[in-house]
Amino acid sequence: MEDLIEILKDLHADVDYDTCETLIDDKILDSFDIVSIVSEVDDKFDVAIPAKELIPENFNSAKALWALIERLMED
Amino acid sequence: MKKISDNDNAPRMRVPELSIQSQSVESSDEKIPVNIEPVEEPIVKEKTVTELLSLVFKKLFTSRRFIAICCWILTIVFIALTVFGLYVAQRLVMPKYQHGIVEGSMIEEYYQSGVPHEVLFLGDCEVYENISTVTLYENYGISSYIRGSAQQLTWQSYYLLEDTLRYETPDVVIFNVLALKYGEPQSESYNRMTLDGMEWSSTKWDAINASMTEGENMLDYIFPILRYHSRWSELTQTDFDCLWEKNRVTVNGYYMRADVNPEGEFPPAMPLTDYRLPEASMDYLARIAQLCRENDIELVLIKAPTLYPYWYEEWDSQVRRFANTNNIPYINYIYLRDQIGLDMTVDTYDAGLHLNVTGAEKWADYIGAYLVRNFELTDYREVPEVATIWDHDVEFYNNLRDAQLAEIEQYGELMSWGVNAIE
Amino acid sequence: MLFTSLKFVLFIVVLFVLYYTVAKHDQWPLLLVASLVFYYMQDYRFLLFIVITAVTAYILAIATENFAARRKAYLKEHKSEMDDTKKKKYKNTTKRVQALYLAIALLINLGILATTKYTNFIIENINALRSEPLSFANLIVPMGISFYTFQTVSYSIDVSRGTVKAQRNFWKFLLFVSFFPQLVQGPISRYGDLSQTLYEEHKFNYKEVSLGYIRILWGYFKKLVIADRLVVALKVLVSDSEMYQGGFVFIVMMLYAAQLYCDFTGGIDITIGIAQILGIKMAENFNLPYFSKNIKDYWNRWHITMGSWFTDYIFYPLSVSPTILKLSKWSRQHLGNAIGKRIPVYVACFCVWLTTGIWHGAAWHFVVWGLMNFAVIMISQELEPLYAKFHAKFGLKEKAGYKVFEIVRTFFLMSSLKLFDCYRDAGLTFKMFATMFYKPGFGSLGSSELLNLGLTSSDYIVAGIAIVIVFLVSLYKALKGRELREFLFEKYPLFLVACTVLVIVIAVFGAYGVGFDASQFIYNQF
Repeated sequence: MEDLIEILKDLHADVDYDTCETLIDDKILDSFDIVSIVSEVDDKFDVAIPAKELIPENFNSAKALWALIERLMED
Repeated sequence: MKKISDNDNAPRMRVPELSIQSQSVESSDEKIPVNIEPVEEPIVKEKTVTELLSLVFKKLFTSRRFIAICCWILTIVFIALTVFGLYVAQRLVMPKYQHGIVEGSMIEEYYQSGVPHEVLFLGDCEVYENISTVTLYENYGISSYIRGSAQQLTWQSYYLLEDTLRYETPDVVIFNVLALKYGEPQSESYNRMTLDGMEWSSTKWDAINASMTEGENMLDYIFPILRYHSRWSELTQTDFDCLWEKNRVTVNGYYMRADVNPEGEFPPAMPLTDYRLPEASMDYLARIAQLCRENDIELVLIKAPTLYPYWYEEWDSQVRRFANTNNIPYINYIYLRDQIGLDMTVDTYDAGLHLNVTGAEKWADYIGAYLVRNFELTDYREVPEVATIWDHDVEFYNNLRDAQLAEIEQYGELMSWGVNAIE
Repeated sequence: MLFTSLKFVLFIVVLFVLYYTVAKHDQWPLLLVASLVFYYMQDYRFLLFIVITAVTAYILAIATENFAARRKAYLKEHKSEMDDTKKKKYKNTTKRVQALYLAIALLINLGILATTKYTNFIIENINALRSEPLSFANLIVPMGISFYTFQTVSYSIDVSRGTVKAQRNFWKFLLFVSFFPQLVQGPISRYGDLSQTLYEEHKFNYKEVSLGYIRILWGYFKKLVIADRLVVALKVLVSDSEMYQGGFVFIVMMLYAAQLYCDFTGGIDITIGIAQILGIKMAENFNLPYFSKNIKDYWNRWHITMGSWFTDYIFYPLSVSPTILKLSKWSRQHLGNAIGKRIPVYVACFCVWLTTGIWHGAAWHFVVWGLMNFAVIMISQELEPLYAKFHAKFGLKEKAGYKVFEIVRTFFLMSSLKLFDCYRDAGLTFKMFATMFYKPGFGSLGSSELLNLGLTSSDYIVAGIAIVIVFLVSLYKALKGRELREFLFEKYPLFLVACTVLVIVIAVFGAYGVGFDASQFIYNQF
């Protein structure tokens, strides 16, 4: 989780990822950011997030994103 | 006794905004908001009438069903307003044909006429500019009407006859044959000038269907605003002045011109490839004859005494043949110019195309003599109710002539009529 | 049948009345019939295309869903007998077969789109290289083919991904593909969204019908009073590029920005408004595009359903595909972190804008237009850190004046890009754009030439006033965060007055009928 927050902080340092739950809805993360995240996650956790998982629900908060990564790791 | 709390007192007469939430209309009457005091307690004595009324109002205005009904009523009111607004806008943008080009006003003027008409003329400018209806009345007591319009095509004449029969049945119908040469719809603007003025009936529908040129459509006739809306930028004072009532432009269908411009040389008649009159127009002529027969109306075919547009000998003989077979009189007044007494150096205002008022009076006098000779017509000068109205028309006619003559005297030409008056 | 024909209006009125009089469960079949009639009235041959698309997507979606379900059941049943590697292998085979189903569906449907729309474009380009020219194919382009094909493609992909359930009722599916309001100029609906309200039984809802009605009127207002009026002058200005240079190019830019906005958003308002009075919710396609802060923002606000389509089905799949990720890893090692990081975004973005350009039309100027968008987005992306520093130093970000500057800048930038669409020739567009700077002013023609473009001064006045009204209504939304019509509805009598006035204004001041060409919707043949 800390690693993930770090990836996110790299993109936008001024966002509080612990509490924010509207990263997509409030347009804090755009499509470019999402692609960066996917590529970083692939690098750090060796988890490939498929295109079908790129939906707002999975990216609106750091928590949701972490849940997604954990789920994909199990598979 | 329960006292009404302050809280309840305050907003008494305030009318809540008429707003419905996304709730649908049918399902909602039970959910009256909770904060309403039940009225069943015996509070009548303690309260003034105003207080009571306001309570009733409050209950009413917070009832969803009441609000819904209000909305529906309002909607209906506004739909009516929209339709009315569109109607006014339509009247406003429709051409009024009051100055210069007045031909578009002629057809609708008929419906205003207060007298019965025993003689009905049908045709184009060869009737409505050439025959003085006032002369027919003054000299013979004939009450006539000219349902003429610019380039009136034969089917339009037929439908105008049909239209007239919805209101009255004349004794004699006189049809000028020049338009027989057209077998197809000619131009949108002439169509409009003839058809827009007709009152709505199945006859008008048929007339439009028979007349439309390519690119015209029925909807534009039903809702003329669709056709004329772009006139919004060209509106003049006349459009506002004549929004509800137009000025009179004819005397029982006769369009007067008092100026003089002697007959000149006409271009020679061009040879035609086909001298047969078109089937379509001859067909409608037959229908006119049929309709007259059915209604016991005497039909007379005439050709106006003017020489141009050229009336070919071949056409003349075809019409004559038709007249003979159907036992209908046909008079070609081109051959009777001398008998009429026409002097084309003074009796025309546009170099011989149309007669002016002196010419129109001469020809009308000649036709009138023919009519009283051959048909049993009422002398309306002897019928007081009709005569009073006609007397007004005669007065209008004389004033019109005087006004025109005054302008001619002053300017040497007409300024308020004809080409100089086009807005 | 154009939106602006009276025939269309009558069509809607009749449909509306029928819709709320038939039994509720007959509502969606009625819509299907209406859609097919609508399409048939354009050209009966169009029906064939749309039915082929619908049938193939329908069958393949069910096939792939059934297949996946069977495999899943098998896996569950034999859970204990399989080890992890075996399971993984089994799953992968499932995926591969599903991918095959999807490939067939896409091949057929995109194939039809490509053949009808792009054959002649390809022939034209081949001819440019050969001495003996090939003859052009005489193909019809079904109305709205780009829209319904994209909808169908998104459906096929979503079913394959398992994010939506396949529609088992063919007629319902056909309605999704052919639902008539969106055939004219979009929006591109997603099955997951539209299916939620499309097949439902709808009670007459006073509020929705009222809001839908005023939205339709508002659409007609923008389209008839502004767009169709301005298009007259635009046609003249664009047709003679030798004569109208310099300042006239600026006029073209401004007129086209207004014309395209009013035409497109007006059409969408009519579309969504029609759906709304029928109780159906459609995805929004615009969100105040001319209030965008930058080009990325603009593409999140203009033609939203198209943008999100390209994002979801091209940008994301490409940028997170194993190949690209591998490429990104490789370049990070060999070319440095900075470049490696950018590779996925750059490659995917390039592809998106190339396809977006081609989607807009079979012509090179659209390709150039797409790539220009790509270039501007990339440049602003690269400059972003610089901007950030600049903003931080001067504390500009919060200042209202700076926000206005950003909006105006983006507006002019996007309006210049639109010139490609105007002149329909990339070289000419660059040339004309340049004349704005080296031949400013109206040259020998003078500004009075504006009255020789087919519009009178009163036309300009009406269009000008109408544009101001549109701007104020947009401003209301920008400041208050909701549509003016919703506010009006709360003040109910005011709402009805607005409707009445709109009807009369449209009827009188609309640029329709004889004297004005009924200009087809710009997006019609897409």
